[in-house]
Amino acid sequence: MAELTYRDALKKALHDAMTEDEDVFVIGEEVGRYGGAYGVTKGLIDEFGAERLRDTPISEPAIVGTAIGAAMAGMRPVAELMYVDFIGMTMDQLCNQAAKIRYMFGGQIGVPMVLRTQGGTGRSAGAQHSQSLEAWVMHTPGLRLVMPGTVYDAYHLLRQALRQPDPVVFIEHKALYAISEEIDLDVPPPDWGRAVVRRTGSDLVIVTYSRQVHHALQAADALAGQGIEATVIDLRTLNPLDFGTIRDAVEPIGRVMVVSEGPLTAGVAAELSARITEECFDFLHDPVIRVAGEDVPISVSTALETASVPTPDLIAETARKMLV
Amino acid sequence: MGERNPQTATGSNTDLVGLYRQMRRVRTFEERVGELFVRGLSAGSMLHLSIGEESAAVGVCAAMKDGDTFTTHHRGHGIFLARGADPDRMMAEIGGKETGYCRGKGGSMHIADMGLGHLGANAIVGGGIPAVVGAALVAQQRKTGAVSIAFFGDGAMQQGILYESMNMAALWDLPAVFVCINNQYGMGTRIDQATRATALHERAVAFGLNGETVDGLDVVAVRDAAERIVDAARGGTPGFLAIDCYRFFGHARKDKSPYRDADEEEAGRRKDPVAFARAALVEAGQDEAELDAIDAAAAAEMDATIDFAARSEEPPLSSMFHDVFAVGEPEPEPLAVRIDRVLARN
Repeated sequence: MAELTYRDALKKALHDAMTEDEDVFVIGEEVGRYGGAYGVTKGLIDEFGAERLRDTPISEPAIVGTAIGAAMAGMRPVAELMYVDFIGMTMDQLCNQAAKIRYMFGGQIGVPMVLRTQGGTGRSAGAQHSQSLEAWVMHTPGLRLVMPGTVYDAYHLLRQALRQPDPVVFIEHKALYAISEEIDLDVPPPDWGRAVVRRTGSDLVIVTYSRQVHHALQAADALAGQGIEATVIDLRTLNPLDFGTIRDAVEPIGRVMVVSEGPLTAGVAAELSARITEECFDFLHDPVIRVAGEDVPISVSTALETASVPTPDLIAETARKMLV
Repeated sequence: MGERNPQTATGSNTDLVGLYRQMRRVRTFEERVGELFVRGLSAGSMLHLSIGEESAAVGVCAAMKDGDTFTTHHRGHGIFLARGADPDRMMAEIGGKETGYCRGKGGSMHIADMGLGHLGANAIVGGGIPAVVGAALVAQQRKTGAVSIAFFGDGAMQQGILYESMNMAALWDLPAVFVCINNQYGMGTRIDQATRATALHERAVAFGLNGETVDGLDVVAVRDAAERIVDAARGGTPGFLAIDCYRFFGHARKDKSPYRDADEEEAGRRKDPVAFARAALVEAGQDEAELDAIDAAAAAEMDATIDFAARSEEPPLSSMFHDVFAVGEPEPEPLAVRIDRVLARN
């Protein structure tokens, strides 16, 4: 058992992967000497050197493109995109190249790279540094998508991502870096692609991922005091998507809320809601309710920022309305 | 333009015969691609012929070695063929057939072959350029001695990714080469309508790369320039080579080039690297019958590619769900299966 932060778990995952496999290297802006904008790679350059913690110019498309070429040439790059908001710069390389190379080339070769980045609100970082853009990635066949919500998952999902044969987009949450857990990393992780039930309750199922797992659990604790028991599912990976765990929880209960920090319209919550509605229709007592980001850009004002994405209060209040 | 340069067209006849043979094969292959389209056997009309640009493909590939890797643009048939591709499998791929290099999923614009170091043709202008930086980085770290070459057209000279990539290649002393086949047109826009700075190699020099521009009329000059640039890159100084030529036909098969006049086209087509090489060989005493035999062999070889493509099967529909992810990973559920499953449950 050890007390570890989400940030340190990520660093340890990179450290352990680089120690085990000399083909793993990190490439991106400020990953070496600076140690990463959020400190995840701090100190790794001292142990692994500047070739394996490769600082780059501010050239996001070429960072991703270089990682693609290196992956095709046999290495296992971890490209770091400082903010997921910059993914727009890289969409061609990510979605037209990395995601499609295996398919377009008839299965000749894959692109085993990890694109590490972070997103979400919580730091008053404004409209271009606070977004939740996972739906853009989830909408593209050929990309894996990982969004760890816990310290344990930060470590093990990154280790698992670095063993995948296909490109993985790994989105951390900026508000989680400092959380810490007393964990035993030697406990074997769930299989790649499996969701985890974080809490069980018989009145309602809350399906979520990343930081909203914590909000949902806080809401569930508050609801428990009022006699409402919620099941909380942490999806952990959005591609692969473990629908079996969702179905198993939803069918006996028949009441579902999907929580996502991304904007409501055409978002991850929309996809989950549609799937649950299609596949579990006869079991549902109510419509699947989406609690998602408002369809607005994120403001720098802390008040507006906080109010534009799901909060524990909003989740609890919504649950109460559903159970009236 | 259009005049021979005796300084560079001399040298070993044996070499030039080999280069001529390769250029003739490329020219004839491209002509057969046009025929494939006319006969309705191509998969679509997104076919971009490199006729007029043969010296670029053949000259640069002559400077490459086993183990080198490359990416191409959408007009890359000639490069792949010059690098050793099997024209039957190329034509089958262009026809969208199972026997093609990518089992009919890639086609003309996404053809690739890892065995020959072809990391992929690309249908996004500039899209294949940064992969070369990554491949060169690996070659440098593993000390393989390989060079990685990005081939692209003049259209990509106005894409930012080129400058990001050249900057990184220079910064890290990578064995990378950037080859711009300047056929004067990005689709229907002539180079001087796209930029004030038409001395293209100067941009690479500004980023710290070796840079040259060579006249694509003379394949020997192209090969010699490519050897200088590629050899230097192998030694850790990345380079850039612009090859001036003229795109004989439209952007793609259905384009009749209404944006340029007949006089310009006629003058442009006089800048013919295949005819130029042939004339140089004849002047140097080459037996024309031997050249005729080379032409005839290319015609027979490339005729057979159409037969091969026509005979080949379309990929099975089930292959639609293969290779989204690696073999062994669950495949996407076909929509019809999903719909039936959902409706049966509810």
